[in-house]
Amino acid sequence: MGSLAVLEYHLVGYRRTWRGSVFSSFLLPLLTMLSFGVGVGAYVDSGIGGVPYLDWIVPGLIASTALQVAMGEATWPVLSGFQWVKTYFSQIAAPLRVVDVLGGQLGFVLLRVLVSSAAFLAVAAAFGALHSAWAPVTLLLVLLIGAAVALPTIAFSASITSDSYLALLFRVAVIPMTLFAGVFFPVESLPPVLRWLAYLSPLWHGVDLCRSATLGVAPAWSATGHLLYLAVWVALGWLLAHARFRRRLLD
Amino acid sequence: MTVSSDGALIHARGLRKRFGEFTAVDGIDVDVPRGEAFGFLGPNGAGKSSTMRMIACVSAPSAGTLRILGMDPLRQGPAIRARLGVCPQLDNLDPELTVRENLTTYARYFRIPRRVARERADELLEFVQLTDRAGSKVEPLSGGMKRRLTIARALVNEPEIVLLDEPTTGLDPQARHLVWERLFRLKQQGVTLLLTTHYMDEAEQLCDRLVVMDGGRIVAEGAPRELITRYSTREVVELRFAADAPEDIAGKLAGVGERTEALPDRLLLYADDGDAALAQVQQRGLEPAGVLVRRSTLEDVFLHLTGRTLVD
Repeated sequence: MGSLAVLEYHLVGYRRTWRGSVFSSFLLPLLTMLSFGVGVGAYVDSGIGGVPYLDWIVPGLIASTALQVAMGEATWPVLSGFQWVKTYFSQIAAPLRVVDVLGGQLGFVLLRVLVSSAAFLAVAAAFGALHSAWAPVTLLLVLLIGAAVALPTIAFSASITSDSYLALLFRVAVIPMTLFAGVFFPVESLPPVLRWLAYLSPLWHGVDLCRSATLGVAPAWSATGHLLYLAVWVALGWLLAHARFRRRLLD
Repeated sequence: MTVSSDGALIHARGLRKRFGEFTAVDGIDVDVPRGEAFGFLGPNGAGKSSTMRMIACVSAPSAGTLRILGMDPLRQGPAIRARLGVCPQLDNLDPELTVRENLTTYARYFRIPRRVARERADELLEFVQLTDRAGSKVEPLSGGMKRRLTIARALVNEPEIVLLDEPTTGLDPQARHLVWERLFRLKQQGVTLLLTTHYMDEAEQLCDRLVVMDGGRIVAEGAPRELITRYSTREVVELRFAADAPEDIAGKLAGVGERTEALPDRLLLYADDGDAALAQVQQRGLEPAGVLVRRSTLEDVFLHLTGRTLVD
């Protein structure tokens, strides 16, 4: 399989930096848990829906970590593959297909998402924030969330030639989603317009599924609906990314 | 030299490449037999790189026939690319990986087992004289080293055809000669080489046969010496005059040599016998301040065919 060879290439590069990356994958959730659990949590006496505030936001933080890692790995590295290091052009000169080049890149993005989310989940478990035996399913959910946001982002990164658009993407997509898609408070507290924007964002669907898995509560919306909605993002994102890669690599 | 088109590794007829309204390659016929070193010469924008990209199976022809190793690049791209080596104009090595890792990871794209990949990487590093840098990152390497590594990477699958897009552009003379010498050794091993260049000395050194492209078309084809015989004289006399403009002098030289070409700083006099032509110049009472009698080069042919106007 060509995409495995491409994934292997990305892993050889990762081998040089994985220690630092794994360390920060643990450090970030640890600091977050302390800050929100001990700090903010102390002011939120009642918790949300009968669950301590910390435990309530943990699944949201895991999902938003997946979002941020996926978007980070789907932006500058992809732009560089076309624009700076031009890795993709060297790959397409070999007997690889566009599917292999894209698939290998996506595989690496998802691996990074998995490592960071697993670290967060482990820290959360240590703080006793996981209430359900379904919690490990979170690791599958983050892969779905990761693919749902990474693929359209990869398509975007493959369409631009300068990284000034990427900072914009983080400002208009990542930060608002992180703040308003049900990570820190229920979207029901939002005014209707913002609430509907939250419902459209892939993150809210991911957060609700993760919350259901770690707390063992019913999701706010149909679980099948959530999964299908995210699957639509994955499918459309793949088609878009594949078309962009094809156009840029083969003319 | 006649070449039967059925034995050709690369066979193109009426090959065209259009980008919207712009025609980059405008109907070219090319046949390259196994083991030949074949060059595409031409100024910038002549269509060399577009042709190379079509042969590398990463760019679909807009019209015409193209067969590489007897296969159709549109339908069998990956199968053809498995037997090609590509050295692009701009190095696309991974600067964060080591020299050896650049080769071993690339070998995996060709389904080469890891152990074989490591052995082959070591052999190739020996071949391009980078063995002592095997473990260092690519980032700090000199341009010549990176270029040699890119060539080594293009050889990792033991290709039958190696495509080199301006292989020595930007290298210093030592680095160029080393690259030429390695490419010559590949040719001796029977590897078919396809290269684009705008260095005439490179074409003369390396190519058995070449085409000169201009504006997307082939304007001349042949062995370097053949082209010189056909499009230039055996020798060229370069004349410099202290005061007079070269154009004025040219008028006084009718009948001397085959033709003259007035440049801003000197006059070129094309003649089969340079010394005899020079004697005629002096008989006409002209006293050039500087004289150089030299053999015609491919550069004379190139400038004759593609003009001296700057193309950018």
